[in-house]
Parts: sequence; C-alpha cells; structure tokens
Amino acid sequence: MRPGVLMFWALALPLVVSAVMVVASRNPMRSALYLVAHMLLIAAMFLSLSAQYVAAVQVIVYAGAIMVLFLFVIMLLNLSGKGVLERGAGWLFGMAMSAGLAALMVGAGVWRHGLHAGKATAKSLSAGGTAQSIGFTLFDPELPWLFPFEVASVLLLTAVVGAVVLAKRKL
Amino acid sequence: MSFAVPTEHYLLLSGLLFCVGVAGVATKRNPIVVFMCIEIMLNAANLGFVALGRHYGEAGGQIITMLIIAVAAGEVAIGLAIIVSLFRTRETINLDEVNLLKL
Repeated sequence: MRPGVLMFWALALPLVVSAVMVVASRNPMRSALYLVAHMLLIAAMFLSLSAQYVAAVQVIVYAGAIMVLFLFVIMLLNLSGKGVLERGAGWLFGMAMSAGLAALMVGAGVWRHGLHAGKATAKSLSAGGTAQSIGFTLFDPELPWLFPFEVASVLLLTAVVGAVVLAKRKL
Repeated sequence: MSFAVPTEHYLLLSGLLFCVGVAGVATKRNPIVVFMCIEIMLNAANLGFVALGRHYGEAGGQIITMLIIAVAAGEVAIGLAIIVSLFRTRETINLDEVNLLKL
C-alpha cells in the first residue's frame, strides 16, 4: 500500500472513531467534545484535498461558532436525569437500518464500479482551494455561483431573525 | 492525472461517516445529540463534494461546501432556538415524549 493511502487511513480512523463516540456517548457534553475533534479532523481532510480555504472556514464556523452554540444550549438546559440519557425506542431498528445503508454504499456503490477518469489537471490542482481561486470562481459572472451566494446571505439573515423570535420569551 | 490517495477512498470514508450519522439520528432521543449527528452527516457530504471537486478539476465542489456550511449554521441557530422554546413550554425535550404533531 502506498504511503499516502496509509496516511489517509491513519487520519480516517480517528475520524470514524470520533463520529462513533458522538453517537455512543451517554452524556451530551461528551458528544459535543467528540464532535469538536471530528470537525477538526474533517478540516485536516480538507487540507489533504488541498482545499485550504474551506478547511479554515470549517475550523472557524463549525469548530468555533456552531460548537459554542451547542455547548451553550447543553449547559443552559441542564438535562441530566430527565430521561433523555437512556436509549430511545427502536434503537435496534435504527442500527440495522444504518448498517444496511453502509453495506449498500460499500458493496454496490463507487467501491465496486469505480469512477470514470477525472478531468483534474496539474493547473487545477495547483490553483487548489486558496481564497483567491475560490473568490474568482464565486464571483465569476460566467459561472452560476453568484446567485446562490446572495441567497445564502438572505438565508442567514432570516435565520438570525427567526432564532430571536423563537427563543425570546416576550417580544 | 492520478492522486496520492484515490478519490474512491474519500467517498468510502464519506459514506461510512454518513451512516454513523444516520445511526445517531435513528437511535438518540436527545434532540441536541440528534442535531450533532445531522452535523456529522452534513460534514460527510461536504467531504464527498470536495473530493469529487478535486477529482473533476472543478472549484464548484468547494463552493457548494461553503454554501452548505452557511446553511448548517442557520439550521443550528434555528434548531437550538426551537429546542430552547420547547424546553420552556413542555419541561422536557425527550423526542419520544414530544408528540404534539402526532395524530
């Protein structure tokens, strides 16, 4: 096996383990901490795909902002001993369903048939995912990304207003 | 153009992580942890997008990943606000007991 592939799976193993621990932990606080590790490892995966800008955004937005929100709500609600720590109903069915899905993906999916050859060139790889190349693609009027970008900003504004309306006791 | 790590490995990993997320959503009854599992699934999809973007030499894979991150941020803000207001009115957030919408 090539050293690059070995390195990849050495990184992928803790990634999968941290995801499993998020699901397996009884304490939501522990789940949250494992999720932080998971986010940081995903960012490392993005780096290995030479997507530097996306990796930085992943660390700032996910491991920073979103996790703070999670920890804040966990501590605010203080759920210990409220019956949410035991297994939910039908957990066996859920496990069987996801195991079946995994078997389907591994058995019948990409692993079996393979991808057709990509069009990646040395040029597109060296451009990689720097902020400059991402910005040029994002704001290129020839490409379709400008409109989704604007819609995303409106979506975030709506989310801010909606969160305040939902969580505030009296407006 | 061949890579040090073939794209199929990334897609396999992405699929595995997605299934772990599905297992969590199906089995947990604390909605906060269910949200975390949804984040795992979104991250798995992001990994697939970036890997395929590299495979086909398209920057679109990374851009759509950033849009997904923005949507996830909004989703978490709204979802956690719903959980807080649910806790305030029902005094529980156990998903097996929250059944107001059931017929």
